[in-house]
Amino acid sequence: MTRRQYEGSMSTLCAGCGHDSVTASIIEACWGLSMRPEQLVKLSGIGCSSKTTAYFVSGSHGFNAVHGRMPSIASGANAANRSLTYVGVSGDGDSLSIGIGQLVHAIRRNVNMLYLIENNGVYGLTKGQFSASADIGTKAKRGDVNSSPPIDPVLLALTLGATFVARSFSGDKAQLVPLIQAGLRHNGFALIDVLSPCVTFNDHEGSTKSYTFTREHYHAAVETDFVPRAEEIAVDYAQGESIPVSLHDGSRVILRKLDPTYDPTDRSAAYNYIENKLKQNEYVTGLIHIDETDSTEFHNLNRTAAVPLNSIPYEKLSPGRAALDKLMGRYR
Amino acid sequence: MPSVIANANRVNDFVVKFANVNGTGSASANALVMKAIFRMGVPVTGKNYFPSNIQGLPTWYEIRVTRDGYAARAAQVDIMVAMNAETYSRDVRELVSGGYLIYDSTWPRSSLLQRGDITVIEVPLAKLVNENFDGVRNRILLKNIAYAGVLAALIDVDLDVISGLLTESYGKKPKLLESNTKALRLGYDYVKTNLTSPLPLRVEHMDKTRGHIMIDGNTAAGLGCVYAGATVGAWYPITPSTSLMDAFKGFCERYRVDAQTGERNFAILQAEDELAAIGMVLGASWNGARAFTPTSGPGISLMNEFVGLAYYSEVPCVIFDVQRVGPSTGMPTRTQQSDILICAYASHGDTRHVLLFPANPEECFYMAVQAFDLAERLQTPIFVLSDLDIGMNDWMCPDLKWDDAYRPDRGKILSAEELAGLDKFYRYVDRDDDAITYRTLPGVSPKGAYFTRGSGHNQYGAYTEDSAEYQVVLDRLKRKFANAPKYLPKPVMIGKGNSEVGIVSLGSCDGAIREALDVLGRQKIDVDYLRVKAFPFNNDVEVFLKSHATIFVVEQNRDAQLKSLLTLETAVEKSKLNSILSYSGFPMSADPIVNGIRAKLAEAPRLSAVPR
Repeated sequence: MTRRQYEGSMSTLCAGCGHDSVTASIIEACWGLSMRPEQLVKLSGIGCSSKTTAYFVSGSHGFNAVHGRMPSIASGANAANRSLTYVGVSGDGDSLSIGIGQLVHAIRRNVNMLYLIENNGVYGLTKGQFSASADIGTKAKRGDVNSSPPIDPVLLALTLGATFVARSFSGDKAQLVPLIQAGLRHNGFALIDVLSPCVTFNDHEGSTKSYTFTREHYHAAVETDFVPRAEEIAVDYAQGESIPVSLHDGSRVILRKLDPTYDPTDRSAAYNYIENKLKQNEYVTGLIHIDETDSTEFHNLNRTAAVPLNSIPYEKLSPGRAALDKLMGRYR
Repeated sequence: MPSVIANANRVNDFVVKFANVNGTGSASANALVMKAIFRMGVPVTGKNYFPSNIQGLPTWYEIRVTRDGYAARAAQVDIMVAMNAETYSRDVRELVSGGYLIYDSTWPRSSLLQRGDITVIEVPLAKLVNENFDGVRNRILLKNIAYAGVLAALIDVDLDVISGLLTESYGKKPKLLESNTKALRLGYDYVKTNLTSPLPLRVEHMDKTRGHIMIDGNTAAGLGCVYAGATVGAWYPITPSTSLMDAFKGFCERYRVDAQTGERNFAILQAEDELAAIGMVLGASWNGARAFTPTSGPGISLMNEFVGLAYYSEVPCVIFDVQRVGPSTGMPTRTQQSDILICAYASHGDTRHVLLFPANPEECFYMAVQAFDLAERLQTPIFVLSDLDIGMNDWMCPDLKWDDAYRPDRGKILSAEELAGLDKFYRYVDRDDDAITYRTLPGVSPKGAYFTRGSGHNQYGAYTEDSAEYQVVLDRLKRKFANAPKYLPKPVMIGKGNSEVGIVSLGSCDGAIREALDVLGRQKIDVDYLRVKAFPFNNDVEVFLKSHATIFVVEQNRDAQLKSLLTLETAVEKSKLNSILSYSGFPMSADPIVNGIRAKLAEAPRLSAVPR
């Protein structure tokens, strides 16, 4: 298949929206994996980010759920057919406010899926209210200053024991594509928090999620090849490089590559590292944590049959008449 | 009001009520007595009136011995086994005049003798048990078995039958069998030695339970899900629906686990809440598995948003609503039929849903299977509206039967081959002109790919904000709903069909109504009775409403929800409909139906039923 065949319908998002870049990375990642479109299932909630599942791999089924409830649809779909690849696309409003309960429990259940949060700190479709990921002190387009602390999906996922936690930037395709590929191939819940600036409502002076200047910086990023093994990924990321995302007021968010001493298999070390860097206004990006021992993946724990549940012939599911006749004895 | 025990033959026709403290193990002793009577061939019902509590609060169990095989609760108590000192006074009050009160006289209570019109039977149960057994917990448990022995002697339950049941329960645990048997004999022998037995209210062997079982509706529904081929169950624990998933799980562990590999042909997801439970069901059903969720009123409230999505995007799903007393948290361990309207119109916007109304556990089994067929045929949510009385109490039902020729109706699902033969696949185009469109499953073919959404969509499955395109889909959904009755179970009519007076009802009111019809019949009042088994209503409902001048709508809620639904969804004149309502939280008995109909007919004699 050609790369174009992995595209979807035309995006209706604002010109220059970070989400469209994420979409492009997903297309690139699927093409790179030679994914069979019918083997991919696209899921989303409600919001700008959730619209994007229509914009890639048109040969895949898509399910646009209700607001914040995509993880439950994904959990059920995955229970029914464990053989497909599931990608969920959500936003910071969808995942960290209305849907945080479902996100948390999908992580806890370790549903085998890639879960992308296109994180821009604002509600776009309702015109620019702060989301739960907005930083303290960040300024809205009309001047309001946010005073509530942000919820960081990466720290959240680490706390919950997620087995694949990554952060990237919509503009850093070289970094994002292999992360998506690794996430799609991870057996278990893979979360990628993608900083994806909103050009319309959060791209102004005073915003800590502004998008300006970033393109030139992501161009400078190190390209990482997709490698499914945790330790190999760790080796590839041992550059210690950082990408500053500059804001209009002169403040900066630093997007960093993981440094050479960083061990993405050590969850508590990863947590401390990320938290320390956040205090310095630096967003650590890359594959932050990976645990490829997939013993806690939902179907492993459930001991689900290898054959997808939706494909087991009825004859194998019904105990039949003789069993029922026998069972009646229990109720006499 | 308690009525005097008639001198008529009360063999195999009386009510025993047990007053217990919950968490003391009384349930198994009470069930033992009930099952023994059933094994003697005598029809019986068991109703559990329990608190929303784990330990220490009053709980009651009522056994109706009913040679006529009535399924309803009788509104009187003939024998009270009063084992809870805290509720003595009300338990004594509840007894019918001429009734019998059995209590533990280890600590005599003179106040129990205040009623001169009952017989108090004193048995020093605690003393007997303490003299014979050690251990606090053990004594509490065995005292229950001892009172079962007392009752067995008093009402002449066949001791061999009870012993047989104990052997079945404890056959592999000889010590337990020995202590239980000893406790049973303690009570039994005490009566035989010290008291006059049996009472005039007693049990005699019959042959009216052959080919029948005692089963609760949740167990039957869970079993139905297994036979329907359901593979995914998602739920959030809520009384009184929890035992449905427990049953499904138990049956799956028995029938769906590969003996060699231990692989399981099912997945049960205990969700974080009902919002997620229904989402999981939608995800699984959309992906081609048969999936369901059991819940109760509060869960239905939470599921509303997703139900609307399922309706509009046409995703099959099966929801069991084991109704309990509302509003809000209400009384979780009491029964009601108060979710009819919320289920019929669940979710915002123009939505209407298919409802099934099982009347007993037997129908829970068959309707569970039917619900999955309907969900996939109609590609819409199907609500099975059971209730706590059906779901959690043991009912006598004919043996459940199965036809091995059954195959699930998966509805219109296109295979890869069928897709290959199509120019292009469109999800919501009405190709067959029956308002039901074709769906495809993920993983089959890129040609079948489409986008499922709750936002406005046209018949091609694409997003739209165009009025005409939107209305094409919405109008088809309306047609689909209007056509639904042809797939749904028809109402049941009882009666000659020529009376001016009719009853319309649903679900667990059935037993009380059938009994009321007998009572009224003996008073020369003939009434026709139509039990609706599904919504939207079949044309038979319309015809019945039209052909009866006075109609009583019998239901278990305050606001006459079935009556509302009838006035909204049929052409019936509202003034023809009279409500008979029971919303106490206890299962309905025949009395309010008999009294309600008699009162109305007395008030308008020209409307009287066909004289005989």
